[in-house]
Amino acid sequence: MKARLLAAVALAAALSMTGCGGSALNDDSPAGGGSSASGPAGSSAAGPITVLAAASLTESFDRIGTLFEQINPNLDITVSYGGSSGLATQITSGAPADVFAAASPATMATVTDAGDTTGTPATFARNQLVIAVPKGNPKGLTSLGKLAGSGIKVALCAEQVPCGAAAKKALDAAGVKLTPVTQDQDVKAALAKLKLGEVDAALVYRTDARSATADVDGVEFPESAEATNDYPIVALKDAPNPAGAAAFVAFVQTPEAQQVLTDAGFQKP
Amino acid sequence: MSRRTRSRAPLALAIPAIAGLAFLVLPLAGLLIRAPWSTLPQRLTEPGVLAALRLSLFTATVATVVCLLLGVPLAWLLARVTFPGRKLIRALVTVPLVLPPVVGGVALLLVFGRRGLVGEWLDTTFGFSLPFTTTGVIVAEAFVAMPFLVISVEGALRGADARFEEAAATLGASRWTAFRRVTLPLIGPGVAAGAVLCWARALGEFGATITFAGNFPGRTQTMPLAVYLALEQDLDAAIVLSLVLLVVSVLILAGLRDRWLGAT
Repeated sequence: MKARLLAAVALAAALSMTGCGGSALNDDSPAGGGSSASGPAGSSAAGPITVLAAASLTESFDRIGTLFEQINPNLDITVSYGGSSGLATQITSGAPADVFAAASPATMATVTDAGDTTGTPATFARNQLVIAVPKGNPKGLTSLGKLAGSGIKVALCAEQVPCGAAAKKALDAAGVKLTPVTQDQDVKAALAKLKLGEVDAALVYRTDARSATADVDGVEFPESAEATNDYPIVALKDAPNPAGAAAFVAFVQTPEAQQVLTDAGFQKP
Repeated sequence: MSRRTRSRAPLALAIPAIAGLAFLVLPLAGLLIRAPWSTLPQRLTEPGVLAALRLSLFTATVATVVCLLLGVPLAWLLARVTFPGRKLIRALVTVPLVLPPVVGGVALLLVFGRRGLVGEWLDTTFGFSLPFTTTGVIVAEAFVAMPFLVISVEGALRGADARFEEAAATLGASRWTAFRRVTLPLIGPGVAAGAVLCWARALGEFGATITFAGNFPGRTQTMPLAVYLALEQDLDAAIVLSLVLLVVSVLILAGLRDRWLGAT
């Protein structure tokens, strides 16, 4: 019994190794060659890539991931989205991921300080807050000051996560004190409360408001300039797929990927 | 007899049993080992921690009372009254046991939210809405925890001898009197055990709470939510909070186990 089990494990290990090696050698496939036009992305990497990305990147990275896989058919991208700070904790606790894209340099710093990255993080996008309100803005919420009005329910992100830190900066800059009804764990959760109609407004990134444009209007306000968030991306040190990680980090900075980000409402850093 | 109880368990049972025990206990030991003992006292006295703990204890207790008031009669109905569709009702009652708590939270929002079936009426008629309130936390906790109570009490009722109730009835007691004077004392330990389980489940509730009641310190931020958010920023803080929750749960369960669970 034991011997048979061992043999099975050994066989499985051998198969997986040849599987990896084989696909790496196969990189002279037509698709790999065809990607040479897109610069650094057409690498010799193969296999799965695991990307941990800020929740606010969801729509953009879904599209960028699809583009990337079209150019690199040997690579298979999986993106796990969440609050940046939570993702950072996962990484410093040893989560096996290849790439980390955070919504703020402060969050990225917790990962770089822990020595879990290779190279310097590259800033690839910038985001600003807007006041997200239901379509048509029924309560006429056109400034941060109006959010503090009585009977207005506001959802913010918790200060522990980047969108909450940015919201605090913006509110401080405007000199507005408001008590939100909830401090959500990431920007998508705050937006969900708005879409459900449970709150009248939420401070979310411009990109999130744009992604929900069917139900939500985004109201720009001047103080958001005081609270922009830069998005850094980096390959992780213990990446199971270092070549794939490098390829994806490079691809995010190509004009094609940058166009996707711009379309989503991000600014160039 | 004594030889049989002292005989060694076969290895085929002992090894997985020990592995199972280790699997359940090791994570708890991990919390203890990794805890920042030196800074523990000052972390514990941070106002945020105390507020979350107080709110957790309060909401779990009120949720348990709500579950007792509604759940005991429900369990009695399921155990003692024959009516069509009883099996279906019993299955429905246990759905929150297996439902992911987040799904429970979404469902609660759709019913009690500002635009929900009942919530919209509450809001327009009384100007009252449940989400983002402490009451909302209690509703979420009661929803998730009540099946634990109902199952325990129903089990106790099925185990209790119905002949005592019948005897009371022949002596002229109404069904309500018989329930109050005969049945309840009979199933007391079962009800208490169910209440403890219910309370512990309410204390640990996370998914339905954060979905339905949101997260606001002092009002809806219970201990599990505080742990989750602390994890975003400060692992040590999350460990301390987890430790508190673990100690409270173990103390309550251990303290009541001999008194209640042992008696059944």
